[in-house]
Amino acid sequence: MAEFRLPENSRIKPGRKFAATDGAKNTRRFVVYRYEPDSGENPRTDTYEVDMDRCGPMVLDALIKIKNEIDPTLTFRRSCREGICGSCAMNIDGTNTLACTKATEDVSGDVKIYPLPHMPVVKDLVPDLTNFYAQYASIKPWLQSRTPAPPDQERLQSREDQLKINEPSACILCACCSTSCPSYWWNGDRYLGPAALLAAYRWIVDTRDEATGERLDDLEDPFRLYRCHTIMNCTRTCPKGLNPAKAIAETKKLLAERRH
Amino acid sequence: MSLRSPLARVLGLGAAGDGTGHWWAQRITAVAMLILGVWFAASLPGLDLTDRGAVASWVAAPMNSVLLILLIAVGAYHSQLGTRVVIEDYSRGWAKVAGLVAVQFIHVVLAGAGILAVLRIGTGG
Repeated sequence: MAEFRLPENSRIKPGRKFAATDGAKNTRRFVVYRYEPDSGENPRTDTYEVDMDRCGPMVLDALIKIKNEIDPTLTFRRSCREGICGSCAMNIDGTNTLACTKATEDVSGDVKIYPLPHMPVVKDLVPDLTNFYAQYASIKPWLQSRTPAPPDQERLQSREDQLKINEPSACILCACCSTSCPSYWWNGDRYLGPAALLAAYRWIVDTRDEATGERLDDLEDPFRLYRCHTIMNCTRTCPKGLNPAKAIAETKKLLAERRH
Repeated sequence: MSLRSPLARVLGLGAAGDGTGHWWAQRITAVAMLILGVWFAASLPGLDLTDRGAVASWVAAPMNSVLLILLIAVGAYHSQLGTRVVIEDYSRGWAKVAGLVAVQFIHVVLAGAGILAVLRIGTGG
């Protein structure tokens, strides 16, 4: 059966509190999930008071400040700090998003930060995305064509055809969508999840690709594709404003179309 | 601990090549249920439910019998499609197999009993 409560050793306990430095006038409290697998202890939430007069505007700025100045043991992924690498995806204020593009002032009250939901936690805010990346690899995210490429130019595409793949190509694989999906929580081992399905759709509608049928064959499965129950959390949470739910619906329409 | 590669685990037993039929049937039966449901709901106010004879003769009218049988059959089929998904979502192993079999049996029995009731009333039984 699916588990609806966290296992005993995963339940979160209150943790340490770090007060702001003396003289700080404009402070915000950041409540951050902490988990150290080697310690054998349960996860906890540590509370950090941050002087916002000496901190950048984004949640990632605060996390970096905490790591640099308050608690160097805090672990999280980050790289580009401008919403294009997808590394700092985490659950902030109850919503999966990128810490680097989420402004602290857009959160009211304490800023609660957890790792992406329902994934194994490597440490603190770092989830294990091995399965997520394997799912992406499984949809063969590259151009497949039997017609050889023209020797003297690129494979051409009309402006209209490019428009079809513009949006799905903009996915940065941050995993916000897949880890917001209840269907992915319960059946993530067999359901590919919105991110992989959006990527699959990107190649299905690419007019230069000649493996459309095989790609649809690979998705025609009660779990891989049809575990999507149109919950729409994916589209709601996507920090890039993409629409994986629509891509999945379009894929289902194509599968129905080729039968009738 | 499995030593299979993550990709091998994701690829698993391969695509079943199925699912579209189930998805399509869900939509078609939903549309049918909408039409039949509106007809049934619109019919109820004109019926005196305390008068057994009047209800029986309403059921026995050929068009009403046909539509009632369709409502029961389509409703049971649609419900079976939906509950199957719930069981597939939340259960594993033998519990899933037993649940899927039970759900199909229960729906066939309920549909059979409902249709038989309409036929008996329709034939004056």
